Amino acid sequence: MDEQTLQVPPSLRRNIFLTSVDWIYNTARVYSLWPLTFGLACCAIEMMAAGAARFDQARFGMEVARPSPRQADLMVVAGTVTKKMVPLVVRLYNQMPEPKYVLAMGACACSGGPFKEGYNVVSGIDEFLPVDVYVPGCPPRPEALLEGFMAIHAKMRRESVRTVRWYSKEPAQDCPIPFLGPDLVDPRQVPAIKAAAQAARRSNPERDEA
Amino acid sequence: MAADIPEGKEALVKEARWSTLFGEAVLAEKPDELVVERSHLAEVAKRLRDDPDLGYDYCTNVTSVDYPDYFEVVYHLLSISKGKGLLTLKTRTPKDDPVVPSLTPIWPAANFQEREVWDMMGVRFEGHPNLRRILLWEGFAGHPLRKDWREPYYEEDHKPFGSRWPDGVYTPAETRTPWGRNVQYPPGWDPDEWEPPDLELPTVSAAELSDVTALKTDRILVNVGPQHPSTHGVFRMKVTLEGETVVALEPVMGYLHRCHEKIGERNLYIQNIPFTDRLDYITAMANNLGYVTTVEKLLGIQPPPRAEFLRVIMAEFTRVMNHLLAIGFLFNDLGLYFTAALYGIRERELILDLFEMASGSRMMCNYMRFGGVAHDLPEEGVQLARDLAFDRLPRVVEEFERYLNEIEIFTARTVGVGVLPPEQAIALGASGPVLRGSGVKYDIRKFQPYSIYEEFEFDIPTGTRGDVYDRYMVRIQEIWQSLRILKQALDRLPGGEIQAGKKAWQVKVPAGEVYGRVENPKGELGFFIVSDGSPNPYRYHIRSPSFVNLTALEPMAVGQKIADLVVILGSIDITLGEVDR
Repeated sequence: MDEQTLQVPPSLRRNIFLTSVDWIYNTARVYSLWPLTFGLACCAIEMMAAGAARFDQARFGMEVARPSPRQADLMVVAGTVTKKMVPLVVRLYNQMPEPKYVLAMGACACSGGPFKEGYNVVSGIDEFLPVDVYVPGCPPRPEALLEGFMAIHAKMRRESVRTVRWYSKEPAQDCPIPFLGPDLVDPRQVPAIKAAAQAARRSNPERDEA
Repeated sequence: MAADIPEGKEALVKEARWSTLFGEAVLAEKPDELVVERSHLAEVAKRLRDDPDLGYDYCTNVTSVDYPDYFEVVYHLLSISKGKGLLTLKTRTPKDDPVVPSLTPIWPAANFQEREVWDMMGVRFEGHPNLRRILLWEGFAGHPLRKDWREPYYEEDHKPFGSRWPDGVYTPAETRTPWGRNVQYPPGWDPDEWEPPDLELPTVSAAELSDVTALKTDRILVNVGPQHPSTHGVFRMKVTLEGETVVALEPVMGYLHRCHEKIGERNLYIQNIPFTDRLDYITAMANNLGYVTTVEKLLGIQPPPRAEFLRVIMAEFTRVMNHLLAIGFLFNDLGLYFTAALYGIRERELILDLFEMASGSRMMCNYMRFGGVAHDLPEEGVQLARDLAFDRLPRVVEEFERYLNEIEIFTARTVGVGVLPPEQAIALGASGPVLRGSGVKYDIRKFQPYSIYEEFEFDIPTGTRGDVYDRYMVRIQEIWQSLRILKQALDRLPGGEIQAGKKAWQVKVPAGEVYGRVENPKGELGFFIVSDGSPNPYRYHIRSPSFVNLTALEPMAVGQKIADLVVILGSIDITLGEVDR
């Protein structure tokens, strides 16, 4: 401590610490990261096991699982994301306040996993949400999930108050919510699907009448 | 009711006189199989149920098979009151006019299962009260389990895929579809012209209101789930409330439909074993047992004694674990947030240590094989199992009972709540603790023994009132019975081989069809397999206990308070992986 520039009374000398705003801001956030109580499939059981006595994620200040997305900071996508469910997953993510993080837990949430070829399965939640950390495994052991939490913590520690997106002046962008047609439709692909439909109609006008 | 059920093993169906009973309605018959003309199906079914000599009161499984020339709808029937074993009732319908009469009015258990057949195979059921898609959504293009329907990532009809590594280069599935995703649209489909089909729940009319002079309340429709902490996963209920009383309820499912059956028909027989782990992901070992015993029926092989004992030990530990978790989560639903569940999960970890010693994996064990098990249990594993079964678990269950059985808040909220009378439980196809909680003494391990359950002494606990408390007590008592079986099995665990014959990647399964069922912790898990002699199953259907038990949710919940609805759902003990498959 530079005593030339900062006058500290002797009685307070041992009680004042100087650090950067980023460090204190990130430390506070890291140790109160509240996950969303949100289980999709098998991995949710291992997520519960990670919260229970043997693995005890409360050691990292993460035991406060919130059933409401409006009170949660971390979405653990634990399990297979199906086409029927993905509009709701994206809507939940949009309802979470900033700062928010996404952890894809298990092979299914990372890539579709063993069910990838299934007609109702989305090949990884990263098609629709910005994923921060991937934890592979089928299901990952609770230790692996804790390692994933550590990775999120490390990522949070690298962030700076001056550059984070939730304090910037640009309006927040919601993730586009897919909808269910004859199959899952990503709104970002609608123009391409429309163009393809028109091209098909031009090349084969009779088919629509048949 | 309970007294009427004959004790002991179910008689095999021997009456080969179907054509004398039903005349020209019968197209083909075997002693335990009956194929009828579809125009006569309803009357044959009604007689099967109502004739006092026949008495087929329990419809356990409904499914369909896509043959090259026709669709076959298959019903598996039982007589619980007469103690008769499986009877297969079939009907056929041409492919250009896939309509059969609905049997939901005769066996309400068929309700969801017929909807599933319509969803997956596109067979219409005439007279069904609510024939809409159940696992997929209204508006989905096609019926996926038809043999001519292909998924977006289609490669070949059967695994192993030759196309996986053309010229030694792997091409990801995404690069083979036009949209880079697992999606496909009908040719020329235009998003602008598309209107979503009407999905609204039929509203209840004012004339149905019970007492209009009472305190005036409006009906409201409350949506519970799929993201809701009490639904045990991604389950959704549309609840119509009058005040706080439930007047109508519609379960909505399919949010975890992972296409098990379509993938299963592409897979080799052995490749389906790890997929059965992921059906009911809490009871992986027991699901393995159900699948391998079913295929073994077709193969006609018998595992060596040590393998049989290991299977039973694993299946019974799974039952203990599942019931401890089910009880824990029931208390979660009651508001005892996570205290009881944490105690359950603590014991689960110890049982998972045993599974890991045996199979190498905590949760998705993939342990059993056709004609044996994958790995032997090491000596320290046997010691751990003995410690658990003889010492630790009895103390834990005793502790559960001491703390939970007579809490006044618990009994006040569960006694007389969600009552399911025994006749209704049978009609609705309930199984497992839900059926036994209603006082029906029925357990497949006793009535149609599989594996080596005949060699063990155990009782079938039953309830008397059929309420939530009885279902809880049945689970506690079943843990005691499982521990009894475990003690006998561990005392008599023989040494020797763990695999009949050589371990093989590919098994030659003879042509034929089989419906195998086991008593899973949640109820009757059935596998219906049609083999055409090729390395892949021609039809692979899973009858899941959670799915069929949900048929009983609405009758149990109507008239109860909304707060009790959550408890009633918790007492059924569903796993969504199994409901939606």
